[in-house]
Amino acid sequence: MATKQQVLVLYLSSSALDANVIAWARYDGTGKDDHMSGDSDEPLYRSGMEALADGWRLIQASPLAAHAPGDEFRTGYLKYEFFFEKLINDE
Amino acid sequence: MMSDCVKLNSREMAEFAAEGLLRFDGIVPDVINQQFLAEAGSVDTPNGEKGSNRTIKSLGNLMAHSSLPEVTPGTVLNTAYKETTALGELVRLPVVRGAIESLVGPESMVDHHFLHLALPSSYYKAAGIPQRTQHTHQDSTIDPRRAFDIQLFYFPHKVGLDMGGTRYVPGTHLRIVSESAIARYQNIRGQQHVVCPAGTLILMHHGVWHGGGINRTGEARYMFKIRLNPSIPQVRLWDTSDLSARDFEQRPIFFRKEATNPNDIASLLTRPQPWFEGDTGRLEYINRIRFWRYLLGDENFDADYWVTRIENEPSVTV
Ligand SMILES: [Fe+2]
Repeated sequence: MATKQQVLVLYLSSSALDANVIAWARYDGTGKDDHMSGDSDEPLYRSGMEALADGWRLIQASPLAAHAPGDEFRTGYLKYEFFFEKLINDE
Repeated sequence: MMSDCVKLNSREMAEFAAEGLLRFDGIVPDVINQQFLAEAGSVDTPNGEKGSNRTIKSLGNLMAHSSLPEVTPGTVLNTAYKETTALGELVRLPVVRGAIESLVGPESMVDHHFLHLALPSSYYKAAGIPQRTQHTHQDSTIDPRRAFDIQLFYFPHKVGLDMGGTRYVPGTHLRIVSESAIARYQNIRGQQHVVCPAGTLILMHHGVWHGGGINRTGEARYMFKIRLNPSIPQVRLWDTSDLSARDFEQRPIFFRKEATNPNDIASLLTRPQPWFEGDTGRLEYINRIRFWRYLLGDENFDADYWVTRIENEPSVTV
């Protein structure tokens, strides 16, 4: 019996876990579901808290970094990235 | 100068500044669409050949036999496409010409063009390779300029939901990212999928995040993209006759007795996107205001005081 990982990445509207989901990605190590870019227009969960309540374990959150002088207004990558996992016993 | 042109107005330009794109559904007449498809040529049908280089070979074949021209980067648009060809007629349509001139000026240059094909599922089955959507990306590479290129996305035939029309995220154009570094963002609130009538044209700022979808029909999907560079500052190139004093005045903010006019330039520049983060959504407004300052050639312009407040550094004059 192998344990496999399902990964959920949520991008929230602020650093708070109970903030709204604005972007998301899923990767399924069991191979049961094949997720890809543009495959859903509505997120599975409205907030990070809803993912926790559904059994997803938080394994990483993006830190809050100081704003580099002169670069305070530049926008780029989404700021509030949260990685979750579920471990699945794959028989 | 070429044919007549119908330029964009200030509202359309402000919408472009905020969302990074303008969409013209079905604007290209069908005779041009048919001519384009004939000139482009058709892709060969599945023949059971295996291997992942098969689609690349098919496309190579198509380009070699296509009547669409090659263009050297930097060629002035006016000279790039012969008037009698589909692309020559397309770029000379008054509304298309006007939109191009409003955004990148009368002497813009062709950077490159390309025929993007979304091959049907049967192709992938025959080749034994998985059919996947394209990761979300920004074209070219990191581009921190204030000047901007535009990309014409031309859909010569009708695109239905199952054809995997280009996916794009309005309002992402001012974000400085590195091409496919954003691939992990599988889905973003507010993303759009092109479903359109034949002859649809979308003019996008070079920075708009996008990706191709999966074509689940039996026919190849065609999309032709032309990237244009400006050759002059992109200042007041559109029809500015609708600009009034009201478009430069501050409006009461937060505590307001009346709803604001949605057609004010300030309203258009401060319309949020569903994917905005709480804090950086405000930075988006600031960046749009700065972008509008460039377009307007007016470093004092502001919308709802966002930039004036942070530029206020009172000093003692000696
Ligand atoms: Fe692209």
